[in-house]
Amino acid sequence: MSQLDPFLAAGLFIILAPVVGVLITGLDRILTARMQGRVGPPVLQPLYDIGKLFQKRQVAVWGAQSFFIFCYLIFIVFTGALFFAGGDILLVIFAFTLGHVFLVLGAYVSYSPYAHIGAERELIQLMAVEPMIIIAAIGLYQVNGSFLVGEMANHPGLPILLLPGVFLGFIFILTFKLRKSPFDLATSHHAHQELVKGSTTEFSGWTLAMVELAHIYELVVMLGFIWLFFGDHLWLCVIAIAAIMFLEILVDNCTSRIKWQDALISAWFVTLVAGAGNIFALSIM
Amino acid sequence: MSYLQKSPWIIHYDASSCNGCDIEVLACLTPLYDVERFGILNTGNPKHADIFVITGGVNEMNKEVVQNIYEQMPNPKVVVAVGICACSGGVFRECYNISGGVATVIPVDVYVPGCAARPESIIDGIVQALEILEEKRQEMKREKREAA
Repeated sequence: MSQLDPFLAAGLFIILAPVVGVLITGLDRILTARMQGRVGPPVLQPLYDIGKLFQKRQVAVWGAQSFFIFCYLIFIVFTGALFFAGGDILLVIFAFTLGHVFLVLGAYVSYSPYAHIGAERELIQLMAVEPMIIIAAIGLYQVNGSFLVGEMANHPGLPILLLPGVFLGFIFILTFKLRKSPFDLATSHHAHQELVKGSTTEFSGWTLAMVELAHIYELVVMLGFIWLFFGDHLWLCVIAIAAIMFLEILVDNCTSRIKWQDALISAWFVTLVAGAGNIFALSIM
Repeated sequence: MSYLQKSPWIIHYDASSCNGCDIEVLACLTPLYDVERFGILNTGNPKHADIFVITGGVNEMNKEVVQNIYEQMPNPKVVVAVGICACSGGVFRECYNISGGVATVIPVDVYVPGCAARPESIIDGIVQALEILEEKRQEMKREKREAA
């Protein structure tokens, strides 16, 4: 990827990420249905959903929520563009977090108690996830000697061999980021939960469409992070992503949502033991 | 088919049903009928919903609730009354606390009779509602164009 012109790579991401993201999400929904003994929707269902939401009328008590959600989408797209252009991974992480802060602000704008609790849980999820993402960046720096994604992607060996703990921790927090059970605290793809739709309860029409689109971009960015653990072994990376997605869907279907206290403590525990332990071992080697 | 028809999201409300029709509505989601094949999802949130599926006759206490849910749904939207009680009040029609079928409170687009309504007829009713939904979208577009 780094042989590509950075601007071209960023442009390719902006155009291709929705295509890849929709296909992965569509396959995810089919696989989920099959695990439950159902047939499931067509592969392009996520596209239909987003298209439908753009056709609906917008209902918003406070117009500001649309602005915040627009910022959320823009920052997630910016994050991905920066990542695939080979930019600084620390900047990527900060832009990623900033995007989520806008999502939280958007949920806080309305007076809906569901959206408020959803926003609070979104913040808890950020707290749970953020240390592990930063540790992943540090681990990748230790292996590559550079914070630039472009240089990490060209690593001739397999960084995962030096970073097994970091990789494990990253897979753990991926469940938060993909909004899958047992860590789908803030909002979930499934109906019938105590928070209705959590942080997205008050969004409708194209505001909700932008949230869905941002989730799809986010998915591709998160899978991009996994790629960094495999250096230039692209095929191995594709197999790993397929295996990880299968595992995530299996866990999603086998577990129920847990309390936020347990989610936070388990995430920090894994971060401390697997992530920080790995970093420490690498630094004394 | 427009995107709207390919991805109808439903909100289900039990006005004062005996739960017979509710069980049949939920049966549509099970592996046997699996309405997600048609992109149909049960949202539980009026702001995300396109189709309002309502079971049971409306009583004097929840009239406002039904109206409130209907008003919170963004246009275009349709209402499907499932079961004979939702259609006309059924055997409870003469009860002192029942104001009648759903149509006494909000405009209904599709009536699905039956006691309890079969999952097949519920799915058929929703598919018919999709046609009306598309008509309403076209109308909405026309109004927007004329206003502009």
